[in-house]
Amino acid sequence: MDALLGNLDLWGQATLNTVLLFLGGGALALVLGTIVGAMRVSPVPIARGVGTVYVNLVRNTPLTLVFFFFVFGYPKLDLPEIPFMPLGIIALGIYTATYVAEVLRAGINTVPVGQAEAARAIGLTFGQVMTLVVMPQAFRSVVPPMMSVFIALLKNTTVAAGFSIAELAALRATVADSANRPGTVMEILLWVAVVFIVLVFLLSLVQRHFEKKWRIVR
Amino acid sequence: MSGASVLYDVPGPKAVRRNLLLGIVTVLVVVAAVGFVVYRFAVTGQFDAARWNLFTYSLVWQGMAQALWATVSAFLAAAVGSILLGFVLAIGRLSDHAWVRVPVTVVIELLRAVPVLVMMMIFFYGVNSIPGSTFRMSAYAAVVIGLVLYNGSVLAEALRAGVEALPKGQKEAGYAIGLRKSGVMVFILLPQAIRAMLPVIVAQLVVTLKDTALGFIITYPELIYYAKYLSGQPGRPLLQAGLIVAVIYISMCLILSGIAKWLEVRTRRSPKVLHHVGNSAADDESTLTEVIALQGRAGNLDAGGGPR
Repeated sequence: MDALLGNLDLWGQATLNTVLLFLGGGALALVLGTIVGAMRVSPVPIARGVGTVYVNLVRNTPLTLVFFFFVFGYPKLDLPEIPFMPLGIIALGIYTATYVAEVLRAGINTVPVGQAEAARAIGLTFGQVMTLVVMPQAFRSVVPPMMSVFIALLKNTTVAAGFSIAELAALRATVADSANRPGTVMEILLWVAVVFIVLVFLLSLVQRHFEKKWRIVR
Repeated sequence: MSGASVLYDVPGPKAVRRNLLLGIVTVLVVVAAVGFVVYRFAVTGQFDAARWNLFTYSLVWQGMAQALWATVSAFLAAAVGSILLGFVLAIGRLSDHAWVRVPVTVVIELLRAVPVLVMMMIFFYGVNSIPGSTFRMSAYAAVVIGLVLYNGSVLAEALRAGVEALPKGQKEAGYAIGLRKSGVMVFILLPQAIRAMLPVIVAQLVVTLKDTALGFIITYPELIYYAKYLSGQPGRPLLQAGLIVAVIYISMCLILSGIAKWLEVRTRRSPKVLHHVGNSAADDESTLTEVIALQGRAGNLDAGGGPR
């Protein structure tokens, strides 16, 4: 218990940074993922191609390597200096965006063909078919897998620990390196695991709530 | 892709022009983004011969081969281990006895909630710093154990979903011809579940392969660790080493993903597989698409309402 209560200041800061990475990365992933997802179902072949290449390239790259490029590689290009935190958020966002795009695309594909056909039969344009008929239905079937993507994102924020960002998984090093902080390495790590179990549990409660709220009754 | 094409008509002259315009805009944006990165590479001298000189030494490539083997050996051990653990946990989770089922369920849920990296850290930094203990865990063991625990629990959920999605008649027929519980499981249920879930299992192996890269953070000398090491050598080729490692990783993962896709197509065509698959495995990032796609095919659109 001392490992937790004796370092409350550190835990607060670390949890805040984890949540920041999660929210920032999540927001970026949603925006970018929606654009890429739209590109992958669009009638423009080039856009589809670009979307496919992006998803296949990034999805098959380990997140650690994406971080490697952004945190270690970016400063080598002599561009305006960006602190590690925003670079980490960008890395997480770009990586997670591919999963968001795939979930959206798969969600659109679950809408029965007849729905889109009927919408087109009554003369709706592509934009109208998407926004009025397909998207509202796809959205509901997308909610549970999308929440799973966010749970994965939450767990992926730990990778930032290896790249000088002081979030939860980096607490071990902070406490181990300082002389007078209470708690052994094992205690700290087990508490980190507990914090993640709690956070993931909270997210799955949210997931279940939305799942019930937006369930399709056919 | 077949589902997407129904969203719009064959384009008329106006739409063709608009699509062309959008296509040009897309190309311009992509060319601008890629061009900017290449330009910065050129400006900061990343293409200079001095930066790439290191990669003309065979010793560097021997080191690269060793790092590659470190990655692959961790992956192979983790793959075998997580499949075995997946079977054990899945069978435990499907048990008729509550005293087996409930603890196994709790263990699966806990293992899935803890980030893989934190598990690796517990087994590496945590175990190695227990006061008074002389036991030392190697980074390799920590990486493999972390991967096995996490991926084993995910595979267990996939297998369970596969078994639960089978029609009840399969099990009943098994009992009717006089098989016992274990016989029903081994001869009737599991073979069908494995066949239906094979694409998901292979897709999870891609995740396992990618997650070996987390070993970098706990100083396991795999590919990214070697790239970081090379960045301190003459010429400081950080981006160059990173790009080479990226090519290696992406090719390995693409091959595995290709196998997963091929299996999926084969599974879909195969008359031996009953196309009823639940969606409880949908909690993992990589399996989502497959599971949603399977649902769509099975006409089960009530996503999230799986057997839970």
